[in-house]
Amino acid sequence: MGAPVNVHGGAAATIAGRSEPETPAVELVDVSFAYDVRPVLEGITMTIPRGKIVAIMGGSGCGKTTILRLIGGALKPRSGAVRVAGQSVPDLGAEALYHLRRRCGMLFQFGALFTDMSVFENIAFPLREHTDLPEELIRDLVLMKLHAVGLRGAAQLMPSELSGGMARRVALARAIALDPMLVMYDEPFAGLDPISLGVIGQLIRRLNDALGITSVVVTHDVYESLKIVDYLYFVSDGRIVASGTVADVRESMLPFVRQFVDGQPDGPVPFHYPAAPYREELFARVG
Amino acid sequence: MSAELAHGLAYWLRRLGGGVTGGISRLGFAARFLLAVLWYSPQAFRRIHLTLREIYFAGVLSLVIVLMSGMFVGMVLSLQGYETLKRYGSDEQLGILVALALVRELGPVIAGLLFASRAGSAITAEIGLMKTTEQLAAMEMMAVNPLARVVAPRFWGGVVSMPLLAALFSAFGIFGGYLVGVRLIGIDEGAFWGQMQAGVDFWPDVTNGIIKSVVFGFAVSLIAVFEGYDSKPTAEGVSTATTRTVVISSLAILALDFVMTAFMFRGGNV
Repeated sequence: MGAPVNVHGGAAATIAGRSEPETPAVELVDVSFAYDVRPVLEGITMTIPRGKIVAIMGGSGCGKTTILRLIGGALKPRSGAVRVAGQSVPDLGAEALYHLRRRCGMLFQFGALFTDMSVFENIAFPLREHTDLPEELIRDLVLMKLHAVGLRGAAQLMPSELSGGMARRVALARAIALDPMLVMYDEPFAGLDPISLGVIGQLIRRLNDALGITSVVVTHDVYESLKIVDYLYFVSDGRIVASGTVADVRESMLPFVRQFVDGQPDGPVPFHYPAAPYREELFARVG
Repeated sequence: MSAELAHGLAYWLRRLGGGVTGGISRLGFAARFLLAVLWYSPQAFRRIHLTLREIYFAGVLSLVIVLMSGMFVGMVLSLQGYETLKRYGSDEQLGILVALALVRELGPVIAGLLFASRAGSAITAEIGLMKTTEQLAAMEMMAVNPLARVVAPRFWGGVVSMPLLAALFSAFGIFGGYLVGVRLIGIDEGAFWGQMQAGVDFWPDVTNGIIKSVVFGFAVSLIAVFEGYDSKPTAEGVSTATTRTVVISSLAILALDFVMTAFMFRGGNV
C-alpha cells in the first residue's frame, strides 16, 4: 500500500477549503515504528491542523496508541519525522521534551488519576509542579477547571469515590490545567455509559473550541467520534488506509471504512485470526 | 532418542544461559536505576515534605509491629538466656547477653526483615500499581519525572526509617528482657543494668549495629522501589514483584549480615 488515500480513493488529504499559513499543531511524515522486530507502524503521514479535532480510528492493537506515544515523545520512530508545533520531537533533549510536554495534555484511557490524592489535588498537581502560583490562585484555577467539566462539587472526593465517567472528566480537567495547546485523548469513550459518553464527547468539542486547543482523539468508537470530530484517519495494520472529513466518511464506499462504520464482523478486517486451513488442522491431529 | 536428549540438553542449557544473562542485565539495570535515583534525589529533597510523608508511611506506620516484635524477642531472649546462664552460675550476666544479642544482631536483622515485609512490600505494590494504572506514564506526560517525584522520596524514606526502627527494636527488646529477667525471674536489677553497661561498648557493638541497619535500610529500600518500578504492569506482575521484594530483601539482609559480621567481629575484639 502506497500513499494514504482519502475516502473517495483520490489524492491525499487536506481539509477542504482551509489553507494553513502557520505550522500545523502536529505533523507526522512517513513515520515507521517497530517494537524489536515486530513492525507496528509503516509510512504514517498525517497532519493535524491547529484548532481542529482529529480522530485516529482503528481496531484494537492496530497501532493507534503508539501514534500518541510518538507524538508525546515517549517513543522514538524508527524512521520519518514527528513534529509538534514545528519542533522535531525525536530530536529533543530531555529538558526540551519536558518543556514541550508542559504545553500538551493527555487523557489516559482510564483517567490515570493519582489515587492517593483528592480530585482537587489531582488537578492542582501540574500547577504545583510547574508554577509558583500562590495557593489562592491555584485554588481558583482548579475550581475553574472543575467547573468547566461540571465537577466543582466533587473537588474533595477521592478518585476511588468517582464513577468511570466522572474520573474521565476529572482527568480531562487535569489535562487542561496548564492551558495546553494540544490535548491527546487515548480511548476517551472506552467503557462509559451512554450519558457519560455524550458528556465526554461534548466536553472534548466545547473545550477544544472555547480554549483554542488542538485535539487528537484515538478511539474505535465511530458513532461518538463522527458527532464531534473534524477529520478522521483510519489505521489498520499500522498503515493509514483512509482519511477524510465526517461527511466524506459517511458517504465513503471503501470496504474498510464501511466495515468499520457499520460494525460488520467480517470484511477487509477478517473475523478469523490467521491460521492453517480449518480442514487441514482438524485432520492433522491424528498421528 | 539421542536426538531428543540433545534437544532437551540444549533446551536446559539455553534456559541456564538465558537465566544468567537475564540476571546480570537486571543487576546492571538496577545499578543504573540506583544512579538515576541518586541523581534525582536533590530535586526530591527540595520538597522535603514528600520524603517526610514517606518516612511516616514506611517508618511510623511500622512502629507497632516493630516495637511489639522487639519486646517479645527480648522477653524470649531473657527466658532462654537465663536457663543457660544459670547452669554456669552466671545468671547476673543476663543483661549483657540480651543487650549484645539485640544490638549487634537481632535488632538490625529482625527489624530489617519486618521492615521488608511491612514497608518494602507496600512500597513495591504502590509503585507497581501506579505503573499499572498509568499514573507514572501520566506523570511523565505532565513533564514530571517519576524518579524524582515518586521513587526518590520513597527510597530515602526507607533509608531514614530503617536504622531508627532497628534502634527502637533493640531498645524495646532490652526493656522486654528487663521485664522478664528482673521483674519476673527476679535477677538483681543493679546487676542486670550494671553488667550491661560494663559489657556493651558503644564502639564497636552499638556502632556496628547501626552500620548494619543503615546498610539493610539501603538494600531493602532499593529492592522495593526497583521491583515496583520494574514490575510488569498487570495484576500478576505486581503480585510477583511484591513477593520478590520480600524474598530478595530477606535473603539480602541475611547474606549481608553474615558478610558484615565476618568483617566486624572477627576474633579478638569481642
